[in-house]
Amino acid sequence: MKSIKTALLGATLIVGAGASAASADELNVICSADNALCEKLAAKFEEKSGADVSMIRLSSGEAYAKIRAEARNPQTDVWWGGTGDPHLQAANDQLSVAYKSPMLEELLPWAVAQAETSNYRTVGVYSGALGWGYNKEILAEKGIEGPKCWSDLLNPALKGEISIADPNSSGTAYTALATLVQLMGEEEAFKYLLALGKNVSQYTKSGSAPVKAAARGEAGLGIVFMHDAVKQAEAGFPIEVVAPCEGTGYEIGSMSLIDGAPNPDTAKVFYDWVLTPEAQNLMAETGSYQIPSNKGSTQPEAAPKLENVRLIDYDFAEYGSSDRRRNLLARWDMEVGAAAN
Amino acid sequence: MKNENRRLDLALICGVLGLFILPWFHIRSGFFGGEWVLDLLSKERYWPGFFQLFLGKLQLLPVFALVGAAGYLRLKSEPGHRGKLIAIIGALGLFWMVLEGLSIGLRGWNWSLLEATFGRVDGQPAFGAGAVLLALTFTTFISFGLAEKGALKGDAIVLTAVSLLILLVATFVFYPILSMFAGAFQDFRGNFTTEGVMRNITDPQIWKLNCLVGGSCGIAWRTMFLAIATAAGSTLLGLAFALIVTRTQMPFRKSLRTLSILPIITPPFVIGLSLTLMLGRTGFVTEAIEAATGLELGRWIYGLPGIWIAQMLSFTPISFLVLVGVVEGISPSLEEASQTMRSGRWRTFRKVSLPLMAPGLANAFLIGFIESMADFGNPMVLGGNGGVLSTEIFFAVVGAQSDPSRAAVLAIILLGFTLSAFFAQRMWLGKRNFATVTGKGDGGRYAKLPRRIAIPVGTIVALWSLFTIAVYGLILFGGFVKVWGLDHSVTLAHYITAFSISFENGFAFTGVAWNSFWTTMWIALAAAPLTAAVGILSAWLIVRQDFPGKSAFEFGLMMSFAIPGTVIGISYILAFNLPPLQMTGTALILIFCFVFRNMPVGVRGGVAAMSQLDKNLDEASLTLGANSARTLKKVILPLLRPAIQAALVYSFVRAITSISAVIFLVSAKYNMATAYVVGLVENGEYGVAIAYSSVLIFVMITVILGFQLLVGERKLRRPENTQKSPAQGKLKEAAA
Repeated sequence: MKSIKTALLGATLIVGAGASAASADELNVICSADNALCEKLAAKFEEKSGADVSMIRLSSGEAYAKIRAEARNPQTDVWWGGTGDPHLQAANDQLSVAYKSPMLEELLPWAVAQAETSNYRTVGVYSGALGWGYNKEILAEKGIEGPKCWSDLLNPALKGEISIADPNSSGTAYTALATLVQLMGEEEAFKYLLALGKNVSQYTKSGSAPVKAAARGEAGLGIVFMHDAVKQAEAGFPIEVVAPCEGTGYEIGSMSLIDGAPNPDTAKVFYDWVLTPEAQNLMAETGSYQIPSNKGSTQPEAAPKLENVRLIDYDFAEYGSSDRRRNLLARWDMEVGAAAN
Repeated sequence: MKNENRRLDLALICGVLGLFILPWFHIRSGFFGGEWVLDLLSKERYWPGFFQLFLGKLQLLPVFALVGAAGYLRLKSEPGHRGKLIAIIGALGLFWMVLEGLSIGLRGWNWSLLEATFGRVDGQPAFGAGAVLLALTFTTFISFGLAEKGALKGDAIVLTAVSLLILLVATFVFYPILSMFAGAFQDFRGNFTTEGVMRNITDPQIWKLNCLVGGSCGIAWRTMFLAIATAAGSTLLGLAFALIVTRTQMPFRKSLRTLSILPIITPPFVIGLSLTLMLGRTGFVTEAIEAATGLELGRWIYGLPGIWIAQMLSFTPISFLVLVGVVEGISPSLEEASQTMRSGRWRTFRKVSLPLMAPGLANAFLIGFIESMADFGNPMVLGGNGGVLSTEIFFAVVGAQSDPSRAAVLAIILLGFTLSAFFAQRMWLGKRNFATVTGKGDGGRYAKLPRRIAIPVGTIVALWSLFTIAVYGLILFGGFVKVWGLDHSVTLAHYITAFSISFENGFAFTGVAWNSFWTTMWIALAAAPLTAAVGILSAWLIVRQDFPGKSAFEFGLMMSFAIPGTVIGISYILAFNLPPLQMTGTALILIFCFVFRNMPVGVRGGVAAMSQLDKNLDEASLTLGANSARTLKKVILPLLRPAIQAALVYSFVRAITSISAVIFLVSAKYNMATAYVVGLVENGEYGVAIAYSSVLIFVMITVILGFQLLVGERKLRRPENTQKSPAQGKLKEAAA
């Protein structure tokens, strides 16, 4: 009995402490990027502004579902990070609020373009190109040369070695699907995906899981955003990061202010601050290898240089729209997904 | 007659308190925080219902009128005559509160039809402490009124318990689910449509049966086959463990109890992770086997076989906890009778002991089946290509599809399976009698297991225990190595990242895990006793009391268990984000979610244990003049200790380890450990994730042992191995 009482007492004290701190400025952030980075951002902002930051990390899909479910009575102020598509969708559904930050001038063109596409309801904070990472040891053991192009992935020797996420569950895989459609045209892209399916051992649920599997040797190659592959390589796993030779798509990690949020003013202060080089340089410090959106931010050294990657002119407006997405996913289910099950 | 008046007075005082003292509406900063008291004068919102009347909230008028009417009846009428009226007042009060709460939202009428009829009204915030107290008051009016009328032999305690439970289940199980199913038929803008439901319900990906002819089956069938396999496997293993612990002299059998608890106190994906390191393509066991035999084993662990093993690891302990109470409860005198009549041990076991375990076995199977259906963590890690229903629901909501109607359809299918299992179990057990604890002279000892069972069962138990230990050893090990699977040099860095403490500027918890850790602990500790109380109380009502609508009542209670956590999470957000009940972003929503999600295990365990207690025990107590509350407290509860303990342990542990519902309900302020750890895993920070999980495991063991001391063991019959029996003592005295 005593132990429970003490625990409850402790609990009340904690609640009490939380309540008394609540009189300062509050800010509720959903963060859809790397945990270490999210925590660093929250801590730095608390230090700087004195606001009481409550931060929670959710994947971008979870974040979008939560924000939509809370639409009529929002509990979140800012949603930072995560693939641009759900941010655009939130903008489309008017879940986020338009805001022209004074920082816009300092941003790179792709980040501003993201803001323009959404009528300033969201803005680019980082970007990363699609590619893959392969396990050097496994491929060497099997005597396969490291694939450099999308077409190399159809090599029958790679049978059962490739892992990629299921586009129904993962934004990363959807970006890959949309990229191939833009690169090859829809018919060719689905023919390609069907052929690729013969080499795919598993369609994972989470977008970055394929390269983690490759790092630990559970798969030979994972198709992911390149910064996720770089992260594994930097951790010391035998991963080689590749930018496909035919060209590739990319994501724009974004940020949105939630419409009707409880603390809109503090949210704007945060919004402006995370777009500064000071805040964006935290990415490299915490081992996130995306490209920051402020012109003045330093690019992490290990990050894949976008200059060396052939980027396609990715049409975020078209491929982010609900109808296009639904049609592509339905077709993927019918043709590619059905063959895999 | 005094009794009737006294309890009615109490209810009336509550009503007055709720109307005149407590704030009627919801307080954003939290009622229990107490801060609102300071702003009481400046903010009209915080005023009690009585003053809200004068602020134009005329919808509260009927509430006052009804409470007033009840007060009038109390003064002017005698208990024998007013019962019906009081019950009607209570029912009307509840009905009115639901009606006005759902009709008037934050910004006025919720439906344009009402606005057209009655004109504009001001919006109102969600119900607060005063309103909640009033709802409870009206509920007690119903039960007191019915008691005075003589329903259920006028047993007000039973009636109140039943009506309160019905109110709670309606609010926290049915209301959210209804909100969600209503959502399935709406598009995003709120217009009615059947398009999404029609499209999904005919989807061949769900229903195809090609695996019978060599292809692959739809999600629905796959999930069902997996659930049957898991339920059968975990029930058998659980029985094996229970038999070994209670009926053999196997060495280390006491520590089996602790060992078998391990898997449920583990965040599930950790088991999956550990399994892949052992049995995955480059796992060390796989490599050893491949090196020894030259076979290529590949990736069999990803997909149903792997999920099955992980689920067996996770759910065997639950069925063990259910079964051990049942196996212990079987009266040895029946077995002794059988042996006296010259049955061998084997025949006794087969014909007497095993049939008496039937309710326990059926319950364990049911729990295994439903748990497997609702399991989310294991399929998430080991999913392979197809996935199962629970993960598909999750990704229908949060995935790139974002198709809530698909989630609703899949949830209905899942519900269909679990409810069918539930009914099948009820039909099989029927009305047979399994009571063996009777209170009559009963001094026997358990029959030892017959050898032809003891040896194979013992071997299985030993092997499974070793496997469990290996999986856990690996988990602990993972917290101390730099990069799991790559660089196995020993380090404490992960623990330091998660749990460091700083003394620099005064004492401070600087580790990244502390915040979610403390939240998790106090929420779990708050939820556990509530869950056990609700569960055991319901079990008592189900087994011991007869009231109209009992089977519907039981069905409602079990319902939340049959709903996968993902669905609960989403439906709770939909239901409790807007008036009349607003709880999102609070700790309360997490606690309620845990209580009503885990209560069914308390109910099942309680029902199984209580079916073994002869009704004569209660009747004896009632005959001797104890009322039903006293009987419950002094007779039933002490005999239910194992069931209570199981309920406490289970709910505490599930509050810490469950993830699927929690992931939607955590807020920035109240973050839970599992949601945090999942984030770590998603980012590949396995080291910190495992270090955190290990600490959680350690804490849970400590707390479970605490519960064990707290509840104590039930003493059914004379202890084994008494050192000195009184007779021997006397003999010795005589010899001296």
